[in-house]
Amino acid sequence: MKINRAKSTGAVLFLAVGLLSIPAFAQRDPSGEWSPRFHEDQPERIPGPEIGDYLGIPINAAARLRADSWDASLLELPENQCRPHPSDYAWRGPANLRIWKDIDTATQETVAYHTHISWQAPERTIWMDGRPHPPDYVAHTWQGFSTGKWEGDTLTVTTDHLKEGWIRRNGIPRSEKATVTEHIIRHSNYLTVAVIINDPVYLTEPFIRTTDFSLDPDQQIAPYPCEAVVEVQHPFGSVPHHLPATNKFLPEFSNRFKIPYEATRGGAETMYPEYMQKVKKASAEAGSPAGTTQAKR
Amino acid sequence: MLNPDIFQFPMKRRTALKLGGAALARLAWGQQNQNPANTQLHVLPVQGNVSMLVGAGGNIAVQTGKDGVLLVDTGLAQNADKVLAMIREMSKGTIRYVINTHVHPDHVGGNEKIAKAGKTIAGGNVVGNIGESASEGAAVIAHENVLNRMSAPTGQQAPTPQGAWPTDTFFVTEKDMFFNGEGIQILHQPNAHTDGDSIVFFRRSDVIAAGDLFTPGTYPIIDLPRGGNVQGIIAALNQIIKLSIPADKQEGGTYVIPGHGHLCDQADVVVYRDMVTIVRDRVQDMVKKGMTLAQVKAAQPTLDYDPLYGSNTGFWTTDMFVEAVYKSLSEKPEKK
Repeated sequence: MKINRAKSTGAVLFLAVGLLSIPAFAQRDPSGEWSPRFHEDQPERIPGPEIGDYLGIPINAAARLRADSWDASLLELPENQCRPHPSDYAWRGPANLRIWKDIDTATQETVAYHTHISWQAPERTIWMDGRPHPPDYVAHTWQGFSTGKWEGDTLTVTTDHLKEGWIRRNGIPRSEKATVTEHIIRHSNYLTVAVIINDPVYLTEPFIRTTDFSLDPDQQIAPYPCEAVVEVQHPFGSVPHHLPATNKFLPEFSNRFKIPYEATRGGAETMYPEYMQKVKKASAEAGSPAGTTQAKR
Repeated sequence: MLNPDIFQFPMKRRTALKLGGAALARLAWGQQNQNPANTQLHVLPVQGNVSMLVGAGGNIAVQTGKDGVLLVDTGLAQNADKVLAMIREMSKGTIRYVINTHVHPDHVGGNEKIAKAGKTIAGGNVVGNIGESASEGAAVIAHENVLNRMSAPTGQQAPTPQGAWPTDTFFVTEKDMFFNGEGIQILHQPNAHTDGDSIVFFRRSDVIAAGDLFTPGTYPIIDLPRGGNVQGIIAALNQIIKLSIPADKQEGGTYVIPGHGHLCDQADVVVYRDMVTIVRDRVQDMVKKGMTLAQVKAAQPTLDYDPLYGSNTGFWTTDMFVEAVYKSLSEKPEKK
């Protein structure tokens, strides 16, 4: 077969030009206005999580007791009213999201990405210039200290120096010792953020969850000023909490959704599909259909 | 990490020779862990006139300006030369004041050497009456219980050399001063970590030096024999919360330098205050039910905070903390 030299040269040139226009390492810039998609975990994210629902979270006994002791009245204290979500949770909230980047005008390299999220308006910087993380004695912040790097078309972010935060808004804590890895992936007009929390204090395994956004160029994020006010008078210094074994609200989730109470207590085992079989088997042996075991408390 | 010998003043050679082997071994261990050659100091500018000096023992707050240098605490004795060298890098001004937050050696250990390197502002009638010695050394300010703990009645052996003692003491709840263009409030917190604690509030810089009333890496150390009490710790933490005003979104604004650990703000103090209060409430409930100390310990009232603040080894264990809380709530605090 005779090769058409002119045609093959043209094809090579076409490919070369095409390849040059593809960003290095196939980076997909996440910059833009992004609108949250609440179909994912909607009951937890919008109405809010049920008290005592720890299902599917790899918590240890310490985290369980802290969550059992948690009282929502804590949020009434002036010192807690203006807390923003920490960066590892912020994607889950009412999170209209803006991402933009700083460019070094001389080199055209990306120095940093920034995020702004609507609820409480936290702003965050993800450094892309290879700078080291700060030493231990530097203050921790709600957004932590983040550095990013490209892994193919995924922006991988590592964060430490976080203030103590929460994994679920029902008292499940995330300690200030945690480190967080995030993978930010853009698929055209959709953005997926996978958050992996490693917390040596309160988790026995890494906790992973994803949150999705869709591009919304018309989005306008309103300002979010916050001023603490006293709406319920608590004696100064009082800290609302439940003493151990006195929180009568804990079984409500189990009873309402007909989920075995033991399952609602969470732990690494409850993250995996096999746990469903265990629950069904235990219920069958107990002589009741799966999901009808009532809370004992 | 807290120093294991914070409750122990350095012993005089004679005293050490009288001790048994175990105590000597402990002393040697302490000295090994306090090897000055291995100590690396770091300076973290906080805001305004104030920086945090880390690594000398307890954290040191350093205020510099046109009037000179003021320190809150002085670290361990063996690190005093390094502290002085670091201060000279930060400012060429004269060291005028040292304020001690409490009596422990990781906070007052450098008093003698550092005060000696400074000079008290003196003149007029003062110099006229008592001569040049009036301005020798920086003034060392502390609550009078700090002096009482560091000194001894005439004829008795004092636990620290006279050169390390506070020179200016106060017995009321507050002592105010103005230095380097800002008001400074020294606020006594009775019966907390010890019976001589003070927090120091730099009003213009908006920084609080908390001493060991706030140690975010460990359970609060309650020195019961020196008048400490968990109720005082909670009261002091609430005082810090009341004094501090966070900036936007509950972050920054007033910064708090803890006795040990990383720089903090009000939100960090709130987390810590919540922990101490919850543990206090649990133990108090158990005391009311008539539970013994052994029963309280067995009930694990700190279980949810142990991975963060607890320890089974070292000089301040979880067990010791629970015991100190229990005794704080079931015995009257020592008054001195």
